[in-house]
Amino acid sequence: MDSGFSSPRRDAFPAGLRVLVVDDDPTWIRILEKMLKKCSYEVTTCGLAREALNLLRERKDGYDIVISDVNMPDMDGFKLLEHVGLEMDLPVIMMSVDGETSRVMKGVQHGACDYLLKPIRMKELRNIWQHVFRKRIHEAREFEGHEGFEGIHLMRNGSDQSEDGMLFSLEDMPSMKKRKDLDNNHDDKEFGDPSSTKKARVVWSVDLHQKFVKAVNQIGFDKVGPKRILDLMNVPWLTRENVASHLQKYRLYLSRLLKENDQRSSSSGTKPSDLPPRDTAGDFGFQNLTNKQQNDVAVDSFNYSDVPLQSHSSETKIRNGDLKAIVSDSIAEKRRALSGSIPGTKVSPQISLNHSSFGPLKPEGRHAVFDCTIPSTQFTWSETPEMPLKKEHKSFLQLEDSSFSHSPLHVTQRKIQGLKSHSVASVCSNPTITESEVAASVETKPMYADYKREYASSVSSIGSVVDTIPTQSKSLMENAQLSEPSSAKNLAMKTQGFNYDLEFYPENLLDEDLHFYWLQGEYYNMNWGFENIGMPEYYDPGLVAELSSHLHDSADCTLVDQGLFIA
Amino acid sequence: MASRRQIAAMKQSLFDQDYLDEQFIQLEELQDDANPNFVEEIVTLYYRDSSRLVSNIEQALERNPLEFNRLDSLMHQFKGSSSSIGAKKVKAECTLFREYCRAGNAEGCKRSFQQLKREYATLRKKLEAYFQQARQAGPFEAARRSK
Repeated sequence: MDSGFSSPRRDAFPAGLRVLVVDDDPTWIRILEKMLKKCSYEVTTCGLAREALNLLRERKDGYDIVISDVNMPDMDGFKLLEHVGLEMDLPVIMMSVDGETSRVMKGVQHGACDYLLKPIRMKELRNIWQHVFRKRIHEAREFEGHEGFEGIHLMRNGSDQSEDGMLFSLEDMPSMKKRKDLDNNHDDKEFGDPSSTKKARVVWSVDLHQKFVKAVNQIGFDKVGPKRILDLMNVPWLTRENVASHLQKYRLYLSRLLKENDQRSSSSGTKPSDLPPRDTAGDFGFQNLTNKQQNDVAVDSFNYSDVPLQSHSSETKIRNGDLKAIVSDSIAEKRRALSGSIPGTKVSPQISLNHSSFGPLKPEGRHAVFDCTIPSTQFTWSETPEMPLKKEHKSFLQLEDSSFSHSPLHVTQRKIQGLKSHSVASVCSNPTITESEVAASVETKPMYADYKREYASSVSSIGSVVDTIPTQSKSLMENAQLSEPSSAKNLAMKTQGFNYDLEFYPENLLDEDLHFYWLQGEYYNMNWGFENIGMPEYYDPGLVAELSSHLHDSADCTLVDQGLFIA
Repeated sequence: MASRRQIAAMKQSLFDQDYLDEQFIQLEELQDDANPNFVEEIVTLYYRDSSRLVSNIEQALERNPLEFNRLDSLMHQFKGSSSSIGAKKVKAECTLFREYCRAGNAEGCKRSFQQLKREYATLRKKLEAYFQQARQAGPFEAARRSK
């Protein structure tokens, strides 16, 4: 392969079209490769969706079109489709042996520019270049269209911002087609030779998208226009066209998300099995992520509390009330966070959701995973093996409550083991504390490591918990006397360090210590799902769809959706 | 050694008896100097890869109760794969199997799968015989498209 990933041969379009074929069936890969080569295309093949995304990201301008099978083992083909469309803005053709109308429709909805049925004929492949060509023309036109409304008052700003020197004004509109004369590489050869257009493919990195969404939120979602976004983003090399097409996708994405959430929230309380099928859940892969984070955060917030347990003797009266207060307060914070703040700052709300999951709020048996382990350990330690699980939960939480009351919850990077020993030490000094309670807390803490993993498969518990949160929070809000904010800050600070450690992600999936921190950062830094691709396989995809509906209920959708954007 | 005519007749009967469909011809058209044995390579690849699917389905059919969704999904893959070489009867059986899955008909699935395996094996034998003859006839013969 020559420098074939730079730019295709200009003169011979569509020959040299750079095609990426994604299919897990080795037989088909071989056939498609041969067919495409016969069309004089440049073919790259891969057998995994993730591999494909890596390839696409590595060579940002290295492909013209992607052809992918709908049923990939590691990722739903529709999800891949979305990723590619949003990140790389490449035309994607879907393939399947299944030609059911609903599937085809889904493909189109997710942005496929074509849907081919297997067995695929060579003549169908011969013409795929049209999708590349069409897209380029369309984008150029779209660009013009946007200029139509905003050209007037934005022209001044435009010239300041655009590095490419796009000076737009209404007078210039007719001269759009003369842009070839301008020194612009991205629209210059649009109409002439699309294959040769060195249209800088904007890869919407996490950072970039974060800026984008920030700008959108600042402007107000219903008032956005590409020019204003571009101004706010202050990314010199980004063009209005890039922003425009990205905005278009973002809008589509959000509207679809909102629609799905509306449907889901209207059927709240559904069990995970009732939740939408995998592929829409793909949208909520991020939700899965956030839920897990939430779980992990709470878990770890408990674990890492370095507050001694001594004072609990006087705190026996602290029970559900305060616990709920914690929960509600945190939830309120979460809502505030979701409704307005810039991502990356508010983390405490997530802690709260987990408090609730531990606490008396847990309504159903979905916490089975969580429940089971606690009793087993308690029984080994506790002097009252018959103590009901709930009480143990409460007692554990009670301990934490008091820790909240007395000092800020430090979220340190203390290992679970460290905390355990700490707890043990404090156990000795507090004989008045019911030993079972302490035992519960001590024993349960190490279990959280397992819980984290188990939460991956029992995120439904969060869903069910969240159900109850909204109803209880109001009445309990007054009781909040806790120092949540400091914990939030600590946690937020911790996450900063991991925000950009994106490459880490799949490997660290089960790394307890870093895991939730990293995830936290991910969530609030608009993880695009690049690295979340692995997430769905760790989560039961349907589980968090329910949660997502609640998040949407209570929060301003735009902010939440930022995190969900590419998930 | 079979004559060209005989080899052509062999192939034609495969089409006539619906063992193969148009896709097979597509594969032949892809055969060229760069890949003179392309069709055979593809068929070999298919049988190698799909045998894995077949055993997965087999195992899944031994469960009790049957997981129809999983079976359907496996069969979907198998069907897709079988479409690659134009295995017509095999594909038809796949479709039938999936219908049984959707109907939750365990007996139907098992029966259908038995039939499918038969078709799968028969096709393999026939193709092997065909390729063998075609190869013996010489690479030139093998690469020629028969009309």
